[in-house]
Amino acid sequence: MIAIVDYGMGNLRSVYNAFRKVSPNLKVCVTSDQKIIQSADRIVFPGQGAMPDCVRELANRNLTETIINAAKNKPFLGICIGLQMLNDFSEEGGVSGLGIIPGQVRKFKTKNHFNKVPHMGWNEVYRKKNHFMWNGINNNERFYFVHSYFVQLKDQSLSAAETIYEHPFCCAVSKDNIFAVQFHPEKSSLAGLQLLKNFTRWSI
Amino acid sequence: MLAKRIIPCLDVTDGRVVKGVNFIDLIDAGDPVEIAKKYNDQGADELTFLDITASSDNRGLIIDIIERVAEQVFIPLTVGGGVREINDIRTLLNAGADKVSINTAAIHNPSLVSQASQKFGSQCIVVAIDAKKMNNHWEVFTHGGRNPTGINAVSWAKEMVNRGAGELLITSMDRDGTKSGFDNDLNSSISSEVDVPIIASGGVGNLDDLVNGILKGKADAVLAASIFHFGEFTIEEAKKHMRENFIEVR
Repeated sequence: MIAIVDYGMGNLRSVYNAFRKVSPNLKVCVTSDQKIIQSADRIVFPGQGAMPDCVRELANRNLTETIINAAKNKPFLGICIGLQMLNDFSEEGGVSGLGIIPGQVRKFKTKNHFNKVPHMGWNEVYRKKNHFMWNGINNNERFYFVHSYFVQLKDQSLSAAETIYEHPFCCAVSKDNIFAVQFHPEKSSLAGLQLLKNFTRWSI
Repeated sequence: MLAKRIIPCLDVTDGRVVKGVNFIDLIDAGDPVEIAKKYNDQGADELTFLDITASSDNRGLIIDIIERVAEQVFIPLTVGGGVREINDIRTLLNAGADKVSINTAAIHNPSLVSQASQKFGSQCIVVAIDAKKMNNHWEVFTHGGRNPTGINAVSWAKEMVNRGAGELLITSMDRDGTKSGFDNDLNSSISSEVDVPIIASGGVGNLDDLVNGILKGKADAVLAASIFHFGEFTIEEAKKHMRENFIEVR
């Protein structure tokens, strides 16, 4: 069973729909129930909006520890703010993250309104390492992004892919049982669906 | 490199996609799910649904459409038309919309944009601006270009971004339906004043218009309805033409 963690931040229906599409027979739960998250085989940790709100809402539902524990031992997919939250600290509101991935979250700076913020649209994802999650996906494939902040890792060896906007930034992190992406696979058409399908089959 | 986006716009009323010229003589153009799938297969980067239902009785039908499209089409979906309050936005997002476009309600109640972006995040709040040229500036209009507001379009765009709009959809009421190209002066005037992406809309008659919308109008995305609905061009042809003009597309 896959648990999509619902902590009140954003619409999880498209993530749910995308998993139903790629694995119609798999049980998928959108949940904020600690017990279901603990017993799930796989965890999807999404996030939308502002990181300070996400951190607060996760804590309000007593899910912070549950997520930190779940991220220790089973296939764990972070999406968008779900990636950013894994880091130590964010410039957005100056909040601490979950501290699972050593790194910081920084804001894109725009010069003369040229490169727009948010970074919104389809951009190329350049692979930094081979990973089961990239199976069936071309290197340099485009995925759909929408974000104003990006992750700056302390340990570059954890980067699974980069994208260039203003400068290269890490758009996918892999560490043991964790894979987390800045883009939205559930909105990235065929390549995104392939990545989600890979997640349903990834064994660690 | 970030690709410039092509966004087909589907006008929806009473649960069906319709096509017509300036909302007159509407012809049934088919099932929204089938049309959404067709554009998705052709490589559309996003889809925009504009609910033009006149009576409030049938407004709920757009919800059903978005739910059905979101089960089968995995690209971003924007919905606009008749969005008045926070609850309208919540309902559309829950149905599967990724972004909600606010137009007239933003003028009657600008704080709606601030509240909505705080509640749901700027990334899902699009402000639609309908503008008309008046002497040497552009003025914001409502109700399909019938009602002037006295508001300067460029300063309005800046205010909407300050209030949290994550994207602006700019429609030239002078060009809409004329097939004479976007108002690129309007779009570039706004694009060079705001940090968020802008979508150019209104006036596309051929594929060069799309190219000029990006190169001259400095738009981040181009929206078109009739050239795609009437089958004059496919999305693939539009992208090929943009690529030939050295515009990065997906």
